[in-house]
Amino acid sequence: MPTPVGLAVHPGEVVALIGENGAGKSTLMKIIGGVYQPDEGAVFIEGREVVINSVADAIRLRIGFIHQELNVLDNLDVASNIFLGREPRRFGLLRLIDGGRMYRDARVYLERLGLDVPPDTPLSRLSIAQQQMVEIAKSLSQEARILIMDEPTSSLTLTETERLIEVVRELRAQGVSIIYISHRLGEVEALADRVVALRDGRNAGELSRAEVSHERMVRMMVGRDIANFYVRPEGGARESAFEVRALRTRRYPQHAVSFAARRGEILGFAGLVGAGRSELAQAIFGVEPPVAGELALDGRALKIRSPQDAIRQGVYLAPEDRRRAGLILEEAIRKNVSLPSLARYASAGLVNADAEGRAAKEVCGRLNVKAPSVEVAAGTLSGGNQQKVVLAKWLAREPKVLIFDEPTRGIDVGAKHEIYELMRGLARAGVVIIMISSDMEEVLGVSDRVAVMHEGRLTGVLEREQCSEEAVMRLAVGRTETAAA
Amino acid sequence: MRKELGTFILLVVLCAVVAAINPRFVGGANLQNMARLIGMYGIFSIGLGVVIITGGIDLSVGSVFALLGVLLSITLTTWHWPPALAVAAVMCVSVGLGLVHGLLVTRVRIQPFIVTLCGLLFYRGLARFIANDETKGFGTGQGFEWLTALATGSLFGVPAPFILLVVVAAVMWVVLHRSIYGRYLFAVGRNEEAARYSGVNARAVVASAYVVSGLTAGVAGILLAFYTNSVSPSSHGNFFELYGIAAAVLGGCSLRGGEGSVVGILIGTALLQVLQNLVNLLGIPSSLNFAVMGAVILIGVVADQLLKRRQPLAVARESAGGGTPPPPRMAAGSAGGAGD
Repeated sequence: MPTPVGLAVHPGEVVALIGENGAGKSTLMKIIGGVYQPDEGAVFIEGREVVINSVADAIRLRIGFIHQELNVLDNLDVASNIFLGREPRRFGLLRLIDGGRMYRDARVYLERLGLDVPPDTPLSRLSIAQQQMVEIAKSLSQEARILIMDEPTSSLTLTETERLIEVVRELRAQGVSIIYISHRLGEVEALADRVVALRDGRNAGELSRAEVSHERMVRMMVGRDIANFYVRPEGGARESAFEVRALRTRRYPQHAVSFAARRGEILGFAGLVGAGRSELAQAIFGVEPPVAGELALDGRALKIRSPQDAIRQGVYLAPEDRRRAGLILEEAIRKNVSLPSLARYASAGLVNADAEGRAAKEVCGRLNVKAPSVEVAAGTLSGGNQQKVVLAKWLAREPKVLIFDEPTRGIDVGAKHEIYELMRGLARAGVVIIMISSDMEEVLGVSDRVAVMHEGRLTGVLEREQCSEEAVMRLAVGRTETAAA
Repeated sequence: MRKELGTFILLVVLCAVVAAINPRFVGGANLQNMARLIGMYGIFSIGLGVVIITGGIDLSVGSVFALLGVLLSITLTTWHWPPALAVAAVMCVSVGLGLVHGLLVTRVRIQPFIVTLCGLLFYRGLARFIANDETKGFGTGQGFEWLTALATGSLFGVPAPFILLVVVAAVMWVVLHRSIYGRYLFAVGRNEEAARYSGVNARAVVASAYVVSGLTAGVAGILLAFYTNSVSPSSHGNFFELYGIAAAVLGGCSLRGGEGSVVGILIGTALLQVLQNLVNLLGIPSSLNFAVMGAVILIGVVADQLLKRRQPLAVARESAGGGTPPPPRMAAGSAGGAGD
């Protein structure tokens, strides 16, 4: 049933578009960007109705689109990316690329964005954030007056996010209209002149600058109050259960990391992207075996050289990139859930598909996975349900230590809450929970204690009462307590 | 299942057309001969299919046949080894080469195409050198009649290689479609990273696929040597790896990995043999042999793509796996057509 939806943006305004996954944000933006055509309705620019039948139309109408996944070619340099398909020509018929002009022009756009890299830098040498700036530069070079940004910060670090927000503000000051899609409400609060919420493909409300608050945004998105969005820590004395001693990862062999996670707690791991948290998790799980170090669970040494070792001993990882490392998207939920545990559903090496299906159904029911059946491909599910299938893999076994790496990235608000409750439930049941997250609010909202890393080093572990955004940030940028004092 | 059905219908239609034009197609002698060839080709095609399911490729099979044939001839007729020992030795060589391929792919991380392309060149050269570039035979076959019988004999009118294929196919069907190992093969072929994160020893699984291919190539190589009864090292087994790849692809294996079935590979093999047969029976100039095969494979694969596009479910899967039509499929067809 098609439902009408509307949106207006003024010159020099940042409109944040929020809503759960599947609320219709991306669809609406793709219509404006010329990727899809509307069944009904029209787009007006400066009062005149325009027809956008293709991406080329959108570009001609000076609508720029920064997609969530980067659309850059990392085998070309910065300027070639900016002018891809529109390279300045010379020598008429020969149609050679006018390199001099291209690099000169590129420099102008880079300066406008404050991106301090030479235009002939190969794109592969840039960070994700810098590559994104190149995409924005490309839109600017097409003289975009309307810029759509679809979750531009989902893979940026905190400092990069701040820089991006600054850039967006500068563009606004230059008169560009910006439609900004984000799941990160903190960002939205900091940036938006107006917030438009969508729910189930229709407008669900609008907040002016003065009205914007966390609770109101959540309420608009989910259509009800979430009394306590983060599942609060519970406190209480606990003893160490899982110990990591002098672990050196391959990426940062010069730093030995030691910490202990307590039974019943959620130990958060904060830090900037690239701080070595994922590498630490991968070393513990045996995907990238550490170069040195010891692990112990309840005082007994764990020997983990491969994921098989880890799984055998009840140490599990829900990886950061669930589409690449967490799931086989083309395979049925059943086959994904059973993959680490096939031996349980088999005799003489042959799999009993009935037993396998029953177990998958049971655990997916427990986790409230929304899917027509366990036989559908995991890739057809929403992000939140995909994450639940990843967890189902491990909860079909008996977890002792469960590491969540960015468990709620790209997941909508409702599913996030479910994941938090699940983590808390597991912690209560005695599972050691380690949660790596780059979302500051999440780390502070969910963790009992917060460990902070910086460039491969563990810079500190904060007790609940010491936790604050400033304290975490100070450690995340590498200042340890003594150095800061 | 649907994928196999398409190829199966193509096979049935083709058989019906050929039979209608030339009734000799369904004659006992012709059917028997075709079944024998299907037997030999099917056995190594299944092994090749296993490699393809892991996302790899094995180009060395044809050259391995030449090497095995030469070695068999020398061990049996020059050195007079006991036949069982000669067979065991040749199987060890074939499986060993598969293991080497597997280790080069998984430990040294060289692309399967390159590893087995080097194998294709190397074993061919080795076979020619060992044989002094002379055609090797098996004389009167005295002392190892049972080996000859395996390749050329029949049981109740059914050619022995076909019976062997049925056994191999049955075993491999269970292994691929019912066993834990089979599940791992598909998982690794679909997404090696995710399989690894689920505790699958991906490297061992991939390496083992080449061993399986070595195993089936060994069996088929021995049959082929005794079937031809003379091994000319520069041409023996030429292009056989491409027939195997073509059979697997026709049977629904994706060169991207993660897809395929034993039944499909069998249908693909049969289809290729019927095509060969058709050229002879319909009086098409035999120089067009490869052209016919290439054209039919191409038509089959294109039809498959077009059909898939009309099925919404399959489309969703395509886009998830990167929906570009795989060019290597074309390569399998056109390389066969350009050859000779």
